[in-house]
Amino acid sequence: MDNFYLDTPDFRFQFEHPLMEKIIRLKENDFEDKDKYDYAPVNVKDTIDSYDKTMEVVGDICANVIAPNAESVDKEGGARLVNGHVEYAKGTAENYEALYKAGLIGMSLPRKYSGLNFPMVPYVMAAEMVSRADASFTNIWGLQDCAETIREFADEDQKMRYLPRFNKEGATAAMVLTEPDAGSDLQAVQLKAEYDEEKGVWLLNGVKRFITNGDADIALVMARSEPGTTDARGISLFIYDRSSDAVTVRHLEHKLGIIGSPTTELVFKDAPAELLGKRKFGLIKYVMALMNSARLGIGAQSVGIAEAAYREAVKYANEREQFGSKILEFPQVYEMLTNMKAQLDGIRALLYETTRYVDITKAYDDLKNSKGLDKEQRMDMKKYSKLADVFTPLIKLFGSEYANSIAYDSLQIHGGTGFTTDFPIERIYRDARITSIYEGTSQLQVIAAIRGVTTHVFSSAIKEYNASLDDSYSEYKTKLEKLTIEYNDAIEYVTSKSNKEILEFHSRRLVEMAGNIIITYLLLLDSQRDEKYLKSARVFLRIAESDNEAKKAYIYNFEDSDLDEYKYK
Amino acid sequence: MCPINKKNNRMKPLKIVVLAKQVPDTRNVGPDAMKPDGTVNRAILPTIFNPDDLHALEFALQIKDKIEGTQVIVLTMGPKRAADIVREGYYRGADYGLMVSDRRFGGADTLATSYTLAMTIKKIGDVDMVLAGVQAIDGDTAQTGPQTAEKINFPQVTYVEEIIGLGNNEITVKRRLDKGIEIVKAPIPVLMTVNGTFDKCRSRNAKKLLKYKYARTNTELAREEDYIKEMVEQRPYLHIPEWNVEDIEAELSKIGLAGSPTKVNKVESIVMKASEAKVLSDSQEDIDLMVGELISSHVIG
Repeated sequence: MDNFYLDTPDFRFQFEHPLMEKIIRLKENDFEDKDKYDYAPVNVKDTIDSYDKTMEVVGDICANVIAPNAESVDKEGGARLVNGHVEYAKGTAENYEALYKAGLIGMSLPRKYSGLNFPMVPYVMAAEMVSRADASFTNIWGLQDCAETIREFADEDQKMRYLPRFNKEGATAAMVLTEPDAGSDLQAVQLKAEYDEEKGVWLLNGVKRFITNGDADIALVMARSEPGTTDARGISLFIYDRSSDAVTVRHLEHKLGIIGSPTTELVFKDAPAELLGKRKFGLIKYVMALMNSARLGIGAQSVGIAEAAYREAVKYANEREQFGSKILEFPQVYEMLTNMKAQLDGIRALLYETTRYVDITKAYDDLKNSKGLDKEQRMDMKKYSKLADVFTPLIKLFGSEYANSIAYDSLQIHGGTGFTTDFPIERIYRDARITSIYEGTSQLQVIAAIRGVTTHVFSSAIKEYNASLDDSYSEYKTKLEKLTIEYNDAIEYVTSKSNKEILEFHSRRLVEMAGNIIITYLLLLDSQRDEKYLKSARVFLRIAESDNEAKKAYIYNFEDSDLDEYKYK
Repeated sequence: MCPINKKNNRMKPLKIVVLAKQVPDTRNVGPDAMKPDGTVNRAILPTIFNPDDLHALEFALQIKDKIEGTQVIVLTMGPKRAADIVREGYYRGADYGLMVSDRRFGGADTLATSYTLAMTIKKIGDVDMVLAGVQAIDGDTAQTGPQTAEKINFPQVTYVEEIIGLGNNEITVKRRLDKGIEIVKAPIPVLMTVNGTFDKCRSRNAKKLLKYKYARTNTELAREEDYIKEMVEQRPYLHIPEWNVEDIEAELSKIGLAGSPTKVNKVESIVMKASEAKVLSDSQEDIDLMVGELISSHVIG
């Protein structure tokens, strides 16, 4: 029987990472749940076994329910709008039902809210497998992130009312942020929230646009609670329960890809809602946290799409014969395939490295709120939260861009056949396109990640990776040390100009130089645990060397006055 | 009678036994699946939950979903490693699991097997419903279910593919026959064999999986790490009972090889070869020739 977990040994490899034990010990907190819940683990080994066995269930459902439904969901045109509400495509509904019945919804919630208390690593892994099966379904799966936001910031009464619904009832969720005039620029949000003294509830009025899964059971809605304000500080976050029936879906977007994921336009008419957390903290704190986990989710979605595209390419190149041989045997084709594989392994390595940073940060944060942290723990938390902050936009950027290029190359390998709807690659190619746009475009990820460049967080991570490499790797060490010096010199060269516009102009180049070096290190470190990654590491090193060389040339050959040639007046 | 999709709390809970067999995965066989002597090479074939039996489990779980308090017991007869079947049952929603395992049961044909199962069901006692897959993929006899029904004196319904309705002392189901379907009503208690066209079995449930992953028979437990031994001791539901000949009070002459009158006369290992090709035209003569050959070689007819 097919299984997307068992057929990809790279997943189990992630559970064997040395940092997993640290994550588990923090997350399970001395295995305090072991006598309270019959499904709680008793030690580290037992915990990893639980992740492993649960991922096998996810892999089964992905391979045998979600993947077979993907084509019909896409061809059916996704969800339908019926009387102001969303009706999922048949396959989408079946997929959700299967995951719900398997008890997988809300897996990252603590056990007292009916969850499995899983860290992000297995959760992200599940998202990756779901995405390989049907990228459009990843959104509906991934919106459980909203539960995480409720857990982090809501009061206990709200948590008890909302959180168990995910696992017990299979509640769906939505993050309702953007509006017609507030896309990337979220501080322009206008949806009005007014407190009704008589009823004792907040009432929401206005329109939201581009809301994924907008008709969900539980929605987190960003609205302006402070009349007269125009910036982020006038915005709060609210919980809206679909059972109030005060929001209608006015329109479903017709899209290029992820057709199974309903993108809605919502009309709020005196919709009752509860304040989540504190007033005015909606955008500046809660949505920032929510966006970060959503970005990690898109990273996972991207890697899943890349995996699907790569597999289709290998399969086709191995079957198709031209000029009397398999096209796989032609240098231009096998180079493409090998590069795709190295890029896929690279973004997966970056995805799980980032996820581990996020996990450690989150677990410390929970510990801080429950027991408090000692000095050493506080320092450690600071280190990981800094890393998580800049690695999250980095994986979103690299993951989505590579997912697109891998899908592009895979379709190319299919030739004209790939351009028809007879093969899944055209759907995968269309689905990939959104990943570099939503949850913050690649350009916005660069703006978030450039901090990692200028504050040298990437540089110190690189230094640490270099120190962890075996001496037997001196050949690669020498090359990477050279790349690192050139990268640091380029930062110095650009920042010493003290020109914000020049820095922003070169920022993508600098961020990508850092990313290329980091990915190569991660692949080399992986190859120390399993030598099968050495090939991808060597291939990626070649990509990194040539790409960084080109970027370096561009930066140094660029005069400040050249900028004028690019400007639109 | 009420439709199956509505939950009914007033109905009397049922005690359901699901007969499940661990079989070699004969659907995914390689070239060395058979030994030179023509017997199945069990050592190299992975073992699986017999596919039809998974449908039978789903049948039982659907009744459990509908009638609160219903107990589903997975019963498997087989060697020690067949405890996997009991665990699989737990992961998908069974309440209890039971192994019937004893060297003396070995070599049983369908007569001895059905006797052993019947004795076990009698021992369990107060069973309202026995469910089994139509047939097991390692033998494809479809005899064990019906023979068991006779021995426990239950009416039987075979080839069931849908539950139509469930009443307090009766059940209405759809049977899949060679040519068409049949809707039948049967009194409870009853034994039914469930067809592969019944709903696919639900997947494992994460919490049940994590709760029961250490369910062990005593035989298995002996080889486990200390923390697992400790856990099974503290949590009695993790203990999978293994019943032997004495536990089910079976007569030695009716079990195992001694109780099995079926003797295999000859096993032929058929190796398909595509060495010869025959080109046929669309003339009546050639078509008659082909059909004649297909009939005489038992490919059709």
